[in-house]
Amino acid sequence: MKKTLGNLFIALIYIILYAPLLVMVFFSFNEAKSTTVFTGFSLKWYAELFSSSDTMTALRNTLVLAVTSAVIATVIGTAAAVYMYKLRSRAWKASLDMVTNLPMMNPEIVTGVSMMLLFVFVGRLIGASNSLSFGTLLIAHVTFNLPYVILNVLPKLNQTDPHLAEAALDLGSTPMEAFFKVTLPSIMPGIVSGMIMAFTMSLDDFVISYYTTGSDFQTLPLKIFAMTKKTVKPDMYALSSVIFLTVLVLLLVVNISQIRQEKKDQGK
Amino acid sequence: MKKTFCALFAVCLMMTAGMTSCGEKNITLENPSGTYSQEYAGTTLNVFNWGEYISDGSEGSFDTNAAFEALTGIKVNYMNFESNEAMYAKLKSGAVSYDIVIPSDYMIERLIKEDMVQKLDFSKIDNYKYIDDEYRDLYFDPTNEYSVPYSVGMVGLIYNTTMVEGTPDSWGIMWDAKYADNILTFNNPRDAFAIAQFLLGIDINSTDHAAWDAAAAKLKEQNAVLQARVMDEVFNKMEGENAAIAPYYAGDYLTMADNNPDLAFVYPKEGTNIFVDSLCIPKNAQNYEAALMYINFMLEPEVALANAEYICYASPNTAVIENTEYELYGNEILYPAEDAKPKTQYYHDIDVETRSYYEKLWEDILLDD
Amino acid sequence: MKKKSLAQQILGAPYILWSALFVIVPLVIVVYYAFTDAEGAFTLANVAKLREYKEVFMISIEYSFIATVICLLVSYPFAYLMSRKKGATQRIMMMLVMLPMWMNLLIRTYSWMNILEKNGLINNFLGLFGIEPLKMIGTPGAVIFGMIYNYIPYMILPIYTVMSKIDVSVLEAAEDLGSNSFSKLRRIILPMSMPGVISGFTMVFVPSVSTFYISQKLGGKIMLIGDAIEKQIQSLYNYNLGAALSLVLMVMILICMALMKKFAGDSNDGLIM
Repeated sequence: MKKTLGNLFIALIYIILYAPLLVMVFFSFNEAKSTTVFTGFSLKWYAELFSSSDTMTALRNTLVLAVTSAVIATVIGTAAAVYMYKLRSRAWKASLDMVTNLPMMNPEIVTGVSMMLLFVFVGRLIGASNSLSFGTLLIAHVTFNLPYVILNVLPKLNQTDPHLAEAALDLGSTPMEAFFKVTLPSIMPGIVSGMIMAFTMSLDDFVISYYTTGSDFQTLPLKIFAMTKKTVKPDMYALSSVIFLTVLVLLLVVNISQIRQEKKDQGK
Repeated sequence: MKKTFCALFAVCLMMTAGMTSCGEKNITLENPSGTYSQEYAGTTLNVFNWGEYISDGSEGSFDTNAAFEALTGIKVNYMNFESNEAMYAKLKSGAVSYDIVIPSDYMIERLIKEDMVQKLDFSKIDNYKYIDDEYRDLYFDPTNEYSVPYSVGMVGLIYNTTMVEGTPDSWGIMWDAKYADNILTFNNPRDAFAIAQFLLGIDINSTDHAAWDAAAAKLKEQNAVLQARVMDEVFNKMEGENAAIAPYYAGDYLTMADNNPDLAFVYPKEGTNIFVDSLCIPKNAQNYEAALMYINFMLEPEVALANAEYICYASPNTAVIENTEYELYGNEILYPAEDAKPKTQYYHDIDVETRSYYEKLWEDILLDD
Repeated sequence: MKKKSLAQQILGAPYILWSALFVIVPLVIVVYYAFTDAEGAFTLANVAKLREYKEVFMISIEYSFIATVICLLVSYPFAYLMSRKKGATQRIMMMLVMLPMWMNLLIRTYSWMNILEKNGLINNFLGLFGIEPLKMIGTPGAVIFGMIYNYIPYMILPIYTVMSKIDVSVLEAAEDLGSNSFSKLRRIILPMSMPGVISGFTMVFVPSVSTFYISQKLGGKIMLIGDAIEKQIQSLYNYNLGAALSLVLMVMILICMALMKKFAGDSNDGLIM
């Protein structure tokens, strides 16, 4: 009984999470150039999608940016979390914690503009005519990704037993070995969620990206947001549907064998 | 977990690698009058335009930038903005140099005032001859030195004929309690105020605080009947019959009417706002000559036609307006006949003091709700 | 001991350097703008103007607080149930929580509009049973719902990661010792999951206070502080007032977080501030 109730609750949450996505997939098959009125089934927006080099470039840019910034943020952020966890000085620790939260506190537009002003200033110092580029966009994304990594890794570290790493040291491991063999595996779930969050944040950012990107790097959110001068075309719905279904299928395929394996183990 | 994640990343990378530009488009264009040379081949041109504001090859349309690249060998970097103000912020910072920007009238006035755009060499823009007299010598560029008109639009009243009785001819209907909770208005102060100002017969470019106060009082009255303040959502709201009345641009009405034939459009008798988006070259442009070439190219009859059909706004290009093959040839809404023309007024660049004043009034209106 | 501390410095150095350059310096720029006028002269006028925004500040904090609390109430049992599932199922469930957020915010918001509109899916469905249409879009409820929807994964994930660590045997032991469900929750699960709750609270509350897009689209007529700041910067090009507003917002968030820490007790030293 309790279990059924629990499963019902889980199902309800997923229904809410996925309701708009179903609407999105539905309208991607619309014949009309509308995302509200459905006039008939058509695959034309999908055909459109794969023949538009502009959209594909934007998608590629978005993925490159999201993957790179998530990886960089995860490496720096995980190291930082370990550092912060081990800190003795309370004041120093408190200030670092505050700094970690700062990028999340500013409205995106303030972060975007202040970073742009910084880059322009530095650009003038070194005499560059174009101070914005892919590099500055990447810096901005790593910056707003870092808190998400740290906030996911820290709770995990707080949970690990510090004596474990010490024991490893006593048994003759180098600190390096102790970290990679003992600490890292135990905080892995935190690192992974941090990285996923960082990837997610980066994938869908448009405000900060707008102010920090250069003249030749347009991401998908920038393209879609600029469409609001007129209206977002269903081909963007088609693109999102493709991404959605690809990831979903992949997720199931990768995990299904493991589930089977677990079921088998359980059966024994 | 690691496995799942690695697999996802791998797919991302695979997609990235596999995504080279596919499918060649309808991009061939005869070199018109031999004006385009490969002289600047290999250089790049940074274009900053509104989103969805150029024929880009989708739905079998003409791919403007690809055609220009093929003809001149110049690489076009094409980026989008979503409002004049967003464009201004980026341009003002000097962070990136664009070679072409396409702002609206009042913004061009500001850019000229602040010395942010440069004079165009019209001897290189032969196709300027196609620009309709009506769109020459406009107030923001009275001697035609800085800008070349690209696209034109007017605001009107869109209404759903199944929900509204008769033909509204006045902005006054947006205050009509009969349609309470079915009325939309603009979600930006300039456009929302303009409607009240037209209705009250006040100059939309007034710098008199009392005039703005009067308009603000009128807008506060409207709060009671308003459903929402919208911009791009207007498409969903009107097409989906979630609201009965909304002010928006004539060209966008045509798009909405395609999806919902019950929608109708009218220019209110009190007058309305007209805008022109024009091509300009910023002061810090790095490829001036190529930019001139691009402007001239955008005025080519075939190119201008493709863009006018794609954008669905009115064209200032006579080669388009007079072309009987043009999908929207003689369209009464985009090109009203002389006797049906609404009274129109352009926005001017209002001084910062007045702007701050009406923005404050606007916040009061929002909070009053 | 010496060696260990050097290694520690190396771990922290990139982050400290990065934060100094790309967090602190931009913050200094914000502070500079907040206390200067358009000509660059020192002024307190911007800060004085804040009085006019008292109401907007309060509404924003109130809405995001409600949204965060609801997120917590929903996420907590969800994360708990998730952490009790089998390994592979947990992984799938976690990815499925995050996946919707990979879709474009604008498209998700438009889709919600399709569902919640006056003439939208829900009302059409209710209409089949002769129920009067509900007004959902344009209400504070819609804004709060938008915040919850957009930020709930950032609450579920951190709670889940700490809960997955709680050993089932500990719970079983507690049960053997006669704990009922409630005391099990209060004495074991709650304290152990607190770091995750605090991280989640931070990641939902902090960004949702300054959100601007959702309120514009789902709120119809509702203005939040994020909208006000965006307007100052974007439409008026008034970086000074925009910076001042955002500085105050920052201070208010810090105060809220400090209160929250006090409320959560000292058991989880130093996660926030």
